[in-house]
Amino acid sequence: MADGSIGLWTVPLAVLGGAIRVSTPFLFVSLGECITERAGRINLGLEGTLVMGAMSAYGISYLTGSPWLGVLAAGITGALLGALHAGICSLPRVNDVAVGIALMLFGTGLAFYLGKPLIEPTAPRLPAIDFGWWSDIPQVQAALRINVLFLIGVALAPILYWAFRTTRWGLLIRTAGESADAARAMGHSVLLIRLRATMAGGFLAGIGGSFLSLFYPGSWNEGLSSGQGITAVALVIFARWDPLLCLWASLAFGGAAALGPALQSVGVTSGYHLFNAAPYILTLAIMIITCSPKRTLTGAPAELSITR
Amino acid sequence: MTTEAADSTDAVGTVAPAADPGFLQRHGGTIEYVLIPGAALVGALAVFGIFVAMFGKNPLDLYFYMYYGAFGTWFSWQNTLTRAAPLILTALCTALPAQLGMVIIGGEGALLIGALSATSAALALQGMPPLIVQVAMVCAGVIGGGLWIMLAGGLRQYRGVNETISSLLLVYIALAILNHLVEGLMRDPASLNKPSTREIGAANMIGSIPGTDVHWGLVFGLIAAIASYILIYHTVFGFAARVAGGNIRAAKIVGLGVDKLILTVCFLAGGAAGLAGMVEVAAVQGRTNANLAAGYGFTGILVAFLARQNPLAIIPVAILLGGISASGGLLQRRLGLPDASVLVLQGIIFVFVLASDALYGRIGFLKGKS
Repeated sequence: MADGSIGLWTVPLAVLGGAIRVSTPFLFVSLGECITERAGRINLGLEGTLVMGAMSAYGISYLTGSPWLGVLAAGITGALLGALHAGICSLPRVNDVAVGIALMLFGTGLAFYLGKPLIEPTAPRLPAIDFGWWSDIPQVQAALRINVLFLIGVALAPILYWAFRTTRWGLLIRTAGESADAARAMGHSVLLIRLRATMAGGFLAGIGGSFLSLFYPGSWNEGLSSGQGITAVALVIFARWDPLLCLWASLAFGGAAALGPALQSVGVTSGYHLFNAAPYILTLAIMIITCSPKRTLTGAPAELSITR
Repeated sequence: MTTEAADSTDAVGTVAPAADPGFLQRHGGTIEYVLIPGAALVGALAVFGIFVAMFGKNPLDLYFYMYYGAFGTWFSWQNTLTRAAPLILTALCTALPAQLGMVIIGGEGALLIGALSATSAALALQGMPPLIVQVAMVCAGVIGGGLWIMLAGGLRQYRGVNETISSLLLVYIALAILNHLVEGLMRDPASLNKPSTREIGAANMIGSIPGTDVHWGLVFGLIAAIASYILIYHTVFGFAARVAGGNIRAAKIVGLGVDKLILTVCFLAGGAAGLAGMVEVAAVQGRTNANLAAGYGFTGILVAFLARQNPLAIIPVAILLGGISASGGLLQRRLGLPDASVLVLQGIIFVFVLASDALYGRIGFLKGKS
């Protein structure tokens, strides 16, 4: 049967499928963080936002029966957490990195607390579109069962790229990120711009979380996200704050994250945990290669606290 | 914990102003460091009370059981102190690099690597006298954890990699290494349900402080915190570290070896967290398994920030936070709150403490009338 005949091809196929499936949360979180960081603020709390988004999406989907309402709820939850982050950061002398760490712990704790009753029940999941109908091979079909959220994310990357370059809002965000004084001189409130940018970032990160609980892996439990949020934040740095590069980096990450399960499915079980750590090792390796102590990174917003 | 904050308010409100009008001016700064975090703590507890009230629980019950579970009896005190021990050590992992202006949040990873190294040392030295095994475990734990955080420090210094992100990534990598070894090379074939390493042996456990159930890890923590305080505030090395933390360019101009400073401080920081891992193995678990990833490293970050990165202040704050986590079991049994309620409270406290940073130097009556 098809199962046996494709043999070791299972691995690259599963990695391809994984790149599409697993990359979606990376993509949404990194695009969200991209907006926030372009406005000159870093939100490390998106790990907590991701988990809160996953929990609220699952809860709302279970209560209302509509997974799309769940996605919306996840986005709103994320935006609220973003507003909280921006609100605290707008106080004088408050460090945005530390607030992010606090919200990472707070969001995760709150999601575990509120999500306790959601571990048992099964919520309706998001539908997938079959792009693999032309093939007889089940693995190909499985790899090409693509979720609409992935397509939205892929479309969002060039839209953001365009918006940063040409729209009024994109210009305002970049001004706030490059020189707060210039934005102020133009008569705009930097805090307000950053509030909106952080809320938009949180909204996208929340949606990324909804993908985790409503599509893949597709259930709610406390081990759902282990560091995907923070990996995505690191990904923005070596994507040079460019939404299009975020897309490619997310795909590479999804592929790396799918390597462990793919090898396990063909019987390579030793080193399973090490392969699962592949995205983190990859992040660290790329950061080591691309960063330099001598110059600030090209493309880095000048107001960003971690690059100054 | 409400009482402590209340005490500090009393001290300011009643004793100070009447006795000596210059008192506030001279000690206003110190009072601020107690008063503002104390107020943040009370605010966080109030918000948490409202939060549980929304789920139909009585907040007064909550406060009572928290106090009772943390400090109400000798038994709960011992439970609290046992949990405070690793928290002191993991908090140092954040507080020491903070003197250099670095934000390290990877204490959990150093704890895991320290535990793994200490266990390996003990297993390699089976049959040797317990004291030798224990000393070897301390050394292995400190070196393992120290090198782990030194890696993050070195990456920042030589490659410009942000240390906050890299230290957190290293947590997940440490966890993967631990799981890999515990389920493979180092697995005890007898551990079926919960893959673990072999036991280090009852004779090699470090045991309790006489007359208590609190293990010697607490003493390790106290010594480490006091030694860190002396190192930072009363030695040339600590002075150089604080200069570099305040203004790195000035430090370079006066010829301080900033590279060396950063690597040494990161090694000491990771060593403290690695020691916490050794203590958890040699005093609690007796072996290495996934139970060690209990979140002490993450709570330690909160302890360090609440203590404003001061090694001495870490001791009472760690006891306070140890008390909160010790009361978690009682809250679960008596009030039916989920175990994650401790995490929620910690998160709220963290948010309040950071927001309260805005208050320093703004409290009218502490500025003095001049």
